[in-house]
Amino acid sequence: MKKIISVRRIIPKPPNIKKHAIKLSETTLDKKQKANVFFSEVGVFFLFLWITTRAAFSREFEFNEFLRQCYQIGNKTLPLISVTGLVIGLVLTIQSRPVLVDFGAESMLPAMVALSIIREMGPVVTGLICAGKIGSGMGAELGAMKVSEQIDAMEVSSINPVRFLVVPRVLAATLMIPILVLYADALGILGSWAGANIKGNVTFVLFFSQAFSAIGFMDLFPAVIKTFFFGAAIGFVGCFKGYTAGRGTESVGMAANSAVVMASLFVILIDLVAVQITDML
Amino acid sequence: MTYSDPNISQTPQPIIEIKNLKKWFGGLQVLQDLSLKLFAHENLVVLGKSGSGKSVLIKCIVKLLHPDQGSITVMGEDVTRLHNNDLAALRQKIGFLFQSGALYDSMTIKQNLEFPLKRIRKNLSKKERDEKIEEVLENVGLLNTMHKMPSELSGGMRKRASLARTIVVDPLVMLYDEPTTGLDPATSDEISLLINEVQTKYKTSSIIITHDIECARATADRLIMLKDGEVYLEGSIDAFERSPDALIKSFFK
Repeated sequence: MKKIISVRRIIPKPPNIKKHAIKLSETTLDKKQKANVFFSEVGVFFLFLWITTRAAFSREFEFNEFLRQCYQIGNKTLPLISVTGLVIGLVLTIQSRPVLVDFGAESMLPAMVALSIIREMGPVVTGLICAGKIGSGMGAELGAMKVSEQIDAMEVSSINPVRFLVVPRVLAATLMIPILVLYADALGILGSWAGANIKGNVTFVLFFSQAFSAIGFMDLFPAVIKTFFFGAAIGFVGCFKGYTAGRGTESVGMAANSAVVMASLFVILIDLVAVQITDML
Repeated sequence: MTYSDPNISQTPQPIIEIKNLKKWFGGLQVLQDLSLKLFAHENLVVLGKSGSGKSVLIKCIVKLLHPDQGSITVMGEDVTRLHNNDLAALRQKIGFLFQSGALYDSMTIKQNLEFPLKRIRKNLSKKERDEKIEEVLENVGLLNTMHKMPSELSGGMRKRASLARTIVVDPLVMLYDEPTTGLDPATSDEISLLINEVQTKYKTSSIIITHDIECARATADRLIMLKDGEVYLEGSIDAFERSPDALIKSFFK
């Protein structure tokens, strides 16, 4: 009997197939559920896009709400954009000046900074800041309205909430973000002039005439066009995340947070596509 | 037939008729084969424990939730089959008082009332709108709070303001979702009185969802008790008070 027992100990224990099968099926189910959630969210996103587009072209346009949103987006974001624009220009100049001096190309500084700011830095940095401020604001506001049943109250009063809440916000963001970008660009160049004067001495007129002589139509036009797409994406994503938030208070924070993440991602992706298209022109 | 006809109470035609309503949330069946009728100028109180499907029921009536089975006929139209414009037209005849009040917190009380009025009663001039708002706010005793924000009002005042916003568009049917929840007994009595005043003055028919027995006693013409998503008992307040059933007694003790 003792021998038999020892043999049994030597033979490895067969794997518990049933247990592994259950674990495997649970993992598969979990992945399937995650995939289902992902694809259903993609579906809801496009459905919401379709509903918003349809509402945007309806006869009844909420003009007063659109103006209110333009004021909210434009005026309330202005201080942040002003500081950011100035700092971008200033830092860019302080960082690049020594390198240009080393190569004896200090006179290229206004043109280089102006092109960097107008083509890329201004739109992308402003876009990302707006994604944070405006996207989260819209996500949280609409999320809170959803939680406190204000959106349901509109719906049962036969008022289309998408027409009143979403369309004016998306259009206001689409219109205001390009304006904010142009404003940030102007302040960036101003900041650059200030930066150039920390160690050097260049007049305002000379700096700006050199900066603007380097900027062509094809530098400014694509950069402005892409900011309309930034605005539309930020407004839409903020509204989408807020409108489709869950019912608990926790979901308000989640809506704001995911609105920022998704809007920032959209800004970067749109910029990537815009750069590719501009490159082909 | 017009449902604003004052003689309608003499006809047996129900304003709302629900037949075999079923609603699931995932695997959980919240409403199980529920049927009920609401007649003209009647206050029907729906009682039930939390989770018995009371709020789901009235949200299905205005199609905030989509029923899985059954039919809901409101003023002769099957809500489950209505889409967009027809549903919007029907919703204009229904007032819904939310449990939380659901006042638009970025607007003053006056703007809260003006918001639906401007969009639903498009033929009214600004002067007529202002008069209507003042009249309704006076009826709920909030005329002096017209320019205040909802956050500046107490819970009871917010409920009254919300009721004012609901009745400002002259609905024919009122749906109250727990109108006295979270209020002190005195304010609850005021709300119950207002519900009766609204019924008398605006000739509305109402479904009142509650588990507040005092509110039920003050407002009910007829009561329905829900249990596990179906009608457990239906009758007058006296019938409920005299019922030997343990569940009913637990409410009326």
